[in-house]
Amino acid sequence: MTTTHETTTGPEGPRVVDRAQYGLATFLAVVGGVVVVDATGLRPGFADQPVQPSFLPYVVGSALVVLAVALAVATARGSVAEPEGGEDIDLTEPSDWVTVAKLAGVFLANVLLVNVLGWAITGAMLFAGCAWALGSRTLLKDVAIGAALSLITWYGFYVGLGLPIPAGVLDGVL
Amino acid sequence: MDMFMDGLANALTPENLLYAVIGVLLGTMVGVLPGIGPAMTLALLFPITYTVPVESALIMFAGIYYGGMYGGSTTSILLNTPGESSSVVTAIEGNQMAKRGRAAQALATAAIGSFIAGTIATALLVLFAPKVSSLVVGLGAPSYFAILLLALIAVSAVLGASKLRGFIALFLGLAIALVGSSTGQARLTFGSPLLADGIDVVVVAVAIFAIGEALWVAAHLRRRPLQVIPVGRPWMDRADWSRSWKPWLRGTAYGFPFGALPAGGAEVPTFLSYITERRLSKHPEEFGQGAIEGVAGPEAANNASAAGTMVPLLAIGLPTTATAAIMLNAIQSYGIQPGPQLFDNEPGLVWTLLASLFVANTLLLVLNLPLAPVWAKLLRVPRPYLYAGILFFASLGAYSVSFAAFDLALLFVLGFLGVAMRRFGLPVLPLIVGVILGPSLENQLTQALALSNGDVATLWSEPVAKVVYVVMALALVVLAVSAVRGRRASTEEKQEVSA
Repeated sequence: MTTTHETTTGPEGPRVVDRAQYGLATFLAVVGGVVVVDATGLRPGFADQPVQPSFLPYVVGSALVVLAVALAVATARGSVAEPEGGEDIDLTEPSDWVTVAKLAGVFLANVLLVNVLGWAITGAMLFAGCAWALGSRTLLKDVAIGAALSLITWYGFYVGLGLPIPAGVLDGVL
Repeated sequence: MDMFMDGLANALTPENLLYAVIGVLLGTMVGVLPGIGPAMTLALLFPITYTVPVESALIMFAGIYYGGMYGGSTTSILLNTPGESSSVVTAIEGNQMAKRGRAAQALATAAIGSFIAGTIATALLVLFAPKVSSLVVGLGAPSYFAILLLALIAVSAVLGASKLRGFIALFLGLAIALVGSSTGQARLTFGSPLLADGIDVVVVAVAIFAIGEALWVAAHLRRRPLQVIPVGRPWMDRADWSRSWKPWLRGTAYGFPFGALPAGGAEVPTFLSYITERRLSKHPEEFGQGAIEGVAGPEAANNASAAGTMVPLLAIGLPTTATAAIMLNAIQSYGIQPGPQLFDNEPGLVWTLLASLFVANTLLLVLNLPLAPVWAKLLRVPRPYLYAGILFFASLGAYSVSFAAFDLALLFVLGFLGVAMRRFGLPVLPLIVGVILGPSLENQLTQALALSNGDVATLWSEPVAKVVYVVMALALVVLAVSAVRGRRASTEEKQEVSA
């Protein structure tokens, strides 16, 4: 019953196997396994806990493993995913993972530097870097827009919402 | 009725009116922007709830919700690809109308239809929500547990193209919800104190909606920009009015009940409305070439379902769309639990929110007719800036939860999960609903079994619980039968994967 609306190729057409889905199935099995193994390490609940803390993890973990097997079987039978469309999405071209890798790099730089440099600086870098990765070639303008955005949001949080957003190296300057 | 008038007076104070205007404008703006739907907007604007009073935040969020629904229709009429799954049907006739120089009429029937449908449906909401709430108030934990189970199964199995993929998304969400030490013991924290409080729903929502979407678009960005059809101020002539008003009313009749059902949403009623209008139309030859009925009906259904969604959200605490799930989390972040007690405990808040829905609806009509040309310009925003902006505000939103770089790292990891979900056609809604309802599921089960001293039979001891389990069993039988039939007919039924 789980394969009702799966797009399956007919008997006459060549069977398409989306091999990447085996990767997803493996991922699901690993997550399920980790959830179950983690649950085995839990102590029994208190006397007033009728539902053991390990009960739901066992259910969720084993369900994930079962779903992983079901997905692997469906994949072998020719079930293919229907990737999500959208206004700016062109699924007829091959995927451009280089751009995604660039974005990931810019994003990780922000994760590593935000505590040191502060949001006002890394936010501007994040915006300009992402715009560059996505094909913008007006670096000075992008940095200016990014700086304006990050300063406005910094002051917006600090003054407008009263949330003390860390200033980083600009402590005392802003 | 007095309570409603008090609420209306409260919604019309200058401060709250300002929040409604901001919400409607922000909602329409981001609804128009390609790639951003109402759920992502709410997730991105979540930091506002940290300091703004609860009433104002909810008024604003309601405005964003209605505005976002409306903005999506503008996009699907003026661009030749739909954005949100709920405006797929509008795009069929709406874009054809625009191509034939009738964009102004298409936008007008969408705006006025949305207003009429929204107003009627909000009136129905005001009538029904307190009734549902007083029915639900007597229910015990066993019934709640059954209703939660039904909602989770329905959201995973009914919506979207593939049940297998729906359940994969659901259980991934439930697994994320397990992280933390809510049961007194650290589960899935891997010894890290950073995970002891669990993973914040805001971080999950922003990662899956915003980061996942931006990275997915980045991998498939169109080389040639889309053609935007220019438009002036929306207007309709007498013939358009006479062809529109019945579809508006029929669309409302479809939209509201489907919105109120668990796993209802806007996709089914908009589609049903389209089929109905095509069958009843005096101009069936125009369908596929830009028939105004094909815009009027689905748009009304779309907005009526948004109001319908608020019934289970407010009366039971059950979100049926991704946007409602984020609103539920926003309400909970103020320490308020939506559900049957809400109408007794927070009458002022509820009635102000309900009244503000009427206000938001009226504002939409007043603001959006003259502003349509401005919104159309937004469609030309350079894509590098649009998606860099989404990544910027997503990072800010997650960072602001506790100003920890760790949350950003979590955002990054879950963002790639969001990309994988789009690549493998896993629907987003079951995951978000799983994250939000997972803890409630465990709580209700614990409460039920605590009262019965561990006797499992208590779970089906209440009449409502019995009914729900029967419905669940019937649904499973129907699913199994249709699966067998579907395999025999081997017809390929491709449905849009709902977001």
